[in-house]
Amino acid sequence: MTDIWWIMPLLAGVLLAMISGPLGSFVVWRRMAFFGDTLAHGALLGITFGVLTDINLTLALVVGSLVLALLLLPLEKRSRLSSDTLLGIVSHSTLAIGLVTLSLAQGIRVDLMGYLFGDLLAVSSADVLWILLAVIVVAGLMIWQWRGLLAATVSSELAAIEGYAVGRLNLLLILMLAVIVALAMKVVGILLVSALLIIPPAAARSLSRSPLQMALLASGCGITAVLLGLWASFHWDTPAGPSVVVAATLLFVLSLGVQNLRTRQVA
Amino acid sequence: MTTDQPLIRASHLNLTRQHKTVLSDISLNIVRGEIVTLIGPNGCGKSTLIKVLLGLVDADSGDIRRQRGLRIGYMPQRLSLDQRMPLTVTGFLSLTRHATGTDIDYWLKRLNISTLAPLSVHDLSGGEWQRVLLVRALLMKPDILVLDEPVQGVDVQGQMELYQLIPQLRDELNCAVLMVSHDLHLVMAATDEVICLNGHVCCSGHPDQVSVDPAYLQLFGNRAQPPLIAHYTHHHDHSHCDHDQHLHSGEQQHD
Repeated sequence: MTDIWWIMPLLAGVLLAMISGPLGSFVVWRRMAFFGDTLAHGALLGITFGVLTDINLTLALVVGSLVLALLLLPLEKRSRLSSDTLLGIVSHSTLAIGLVTLSLAQGIRVDLMGYLFGDLLAVSSADVLWILLAVIVVAGLMIWQWRGLLAATVSSELAAIEGYAVGRLNLLLILMLAVIVALAMKVVGILLVSALLIIPPAAARSLSRSPLQMALLASGCGITAVLLGLWASFHWDTPAGPSVVVAATLLFVLSLGVQNLRTRQVA
Repeated sequence: MTTDQPLIRASHLNLTRQHKTVLSDISLNIVRGEIVTLIGPNGCGKSTLIKVLLGLVDADSGDIRRQRGLRIGYMPQRLSLDQRMPLTVTGFLSLTRHATGTDIDYWLKRLNISTLAPLSVHDLSGGEWQRVLLVRALLMKPDILVLDEPVQGVDVQGQMELYQLIPQLRDELNCAVLMVSHDLHLVMAATDEVICLNGHVCCSGHPDQVSVDPAYLQLFGNRAQPPLIAHYTHHHDHSHCDHDQHLHSGEQQHD
């Protein structure tokens, strides 16, 4: 029987790590780490909304995250400085408002820690289905629009002149990010979502020669981190989400070591 | 196809940014087979005009007509790539819309940079990168090739080569070329029409005419005709619009 309750957290973690590889690579390339963070923090408002209206919490999360992404989209286009500050304001105020309203919602008990730090072991088969569906859709869209997404990331100006629909591609990327961030919260929690998005691509960067290679390596690194983290969590009874992030960080440090070795060999 | 119809027809363009007039009443036509060069002091609207013509920036007023289905090859003044993305030259070029591997090989060979293909874009010298950017513009099989300061970061030898190449490319592709430069002498041989820009069009015409036009001389002063060998010495002197406009109006009073 023990095998059965293993399987759902494992599936959820591996699926999300898989899609986080390419998606997180775009986050890294476009310097959108803070944006992802803001989405995750704001998603707590989605949970509040879900709790108050008694709709499916996963659905509330995804919808909340999508709405926030759409509201934030114009900010991305503004100048760097102001968008930075504004994102900071939105990020922390939504987190705070979410926490306050959740505590005010009487008679309802919500596992706040579960949302802040993730509750991988409580993942249900329904959650996994949601995640599977999202991963299939996002992966499909990414494969379909890969060249355009990449072209718009490298230079939106050149891409626009060459006839790529840059505006739509940016929108697509942000919506995909919103969905995955909302779902990944279950696994690593609000506070660590962007770690899952950023650390594996960062580890993959020094080892890859092309964007595709970096995206795939990041997936591999993310999956390894999930496996290691879960194993550690079972073995030492550490919290699952943070364990995954610690594992990813170790892999990142390892990649730095490998890179160092390589450059020394070349030199 | 109507070849006599201009590819781009712009009339009475105006653009103001933060109370500063960037473009004022600019009209121009770009015709297939012609090489047009925009010159003018730094920061005086050349790049902005290009962006307006390409549709990247909207003018406050005026009218732009681009021929239907116009293919544009654009080589930006500078394009810095984020180190965080590993990217080879071939990888960068294959992002070009509709580009095929055969085309990429062909143009890399044509510009004598086939050896760069497997290299990382982050390891290229300024001149090499400029050529790669030019290849990307050429891969569009453009009706109009737009080059914004194409020789930036290129050594003098490379500049000569690049400027010799441009008329050849125009003939090969049967396209128009719109080029930005701040050195008339270098582009003189390679251009059909020069438009001297300083917010407004100061003067325009064949390079020989423009180089003796009073408006051009006022804008560039005597430095406009340095000894041929030292044709790059004056680059850093006339950097600001305000300064030059001031100079401009001052000299006008003298006249």
